[in-house]
Amino acid sequence: MARSLKKGPFVDAHLWKKIAGDAAVNSRQVIKTWSRRSTITPEFTGRTFAVHNGRKFIPVFVTENMIGHKLGEFSPTRHFVTHPTDKKIKKVT
Amino acid sequence: MARIAGVDLPKNKKMSFALTYIYGIGPVNSVKILHEANVDENKRTDILSEEEIARIRDVIDTTCKVEGDLRREVSMNIKRLMDLGCYRGLRHRKGLPVRGQRTHSNSRTRRGKRGSMTRR
Repeated sequence: MARSLKKGPFVDAHLWKKIAGDAAVNSRQVIKTWSRRSTITPEFTGRTFAVHNGRKFIPVFVTENMIGHKLGEFSPTRHFVTHPTDKKIKKVT
Repeated sequence: MARIAGVDLPKNKKMSFALTYIYGIGPVNSVKILHEANVDENKRTDILSEEEIARIRDVIDTTCKVEGDLRREVSMNIKRLMDLGCYRGLRHRKGLPVRGQRTHSNSRTRRGKRGSMTRR
């Protein structure tokens, strides 16, 4: 179910504090965060976030059309494994 | 034969069903449109007058997105997700279910015929 509009988008308080504080000081700096559940709001645009995926931090540069998505959507937590095709195996050996 | 929104409507069907042959119009929308155009929904397609067809065409043009426009909108939405590089976009790219369904079994509609592991 969608979140009630009355509440507005959810952003973790600690992340919000960082953005609000950083904006004045240095907006180029990468913000390291574990808060994958935070919604991307217009204030996030043009910043780079290092979003934790459970193992490492994935750099995410926020553009305008990312607004409304969550940070975690851009930092995949699973590694997609495919079998190499037969041809490649023969070439290697 | 009636031709609405670039689609030939089937001859011997009630209007309320015939309109659903247009992409983007389902049973509910179909009845709504006929009501607004003031056309009897039990009438068959081939006995409609030109004027009635024109009225239906008018209503469809003004009220809903249909056929090519709708298809384009849907594919643009998917393309947007793919270009963003978000999770849903990645799933679209790989041809896997997008909304968190299991892939251990099932999801054959998205993944295609069993056995073939070929992916784009």
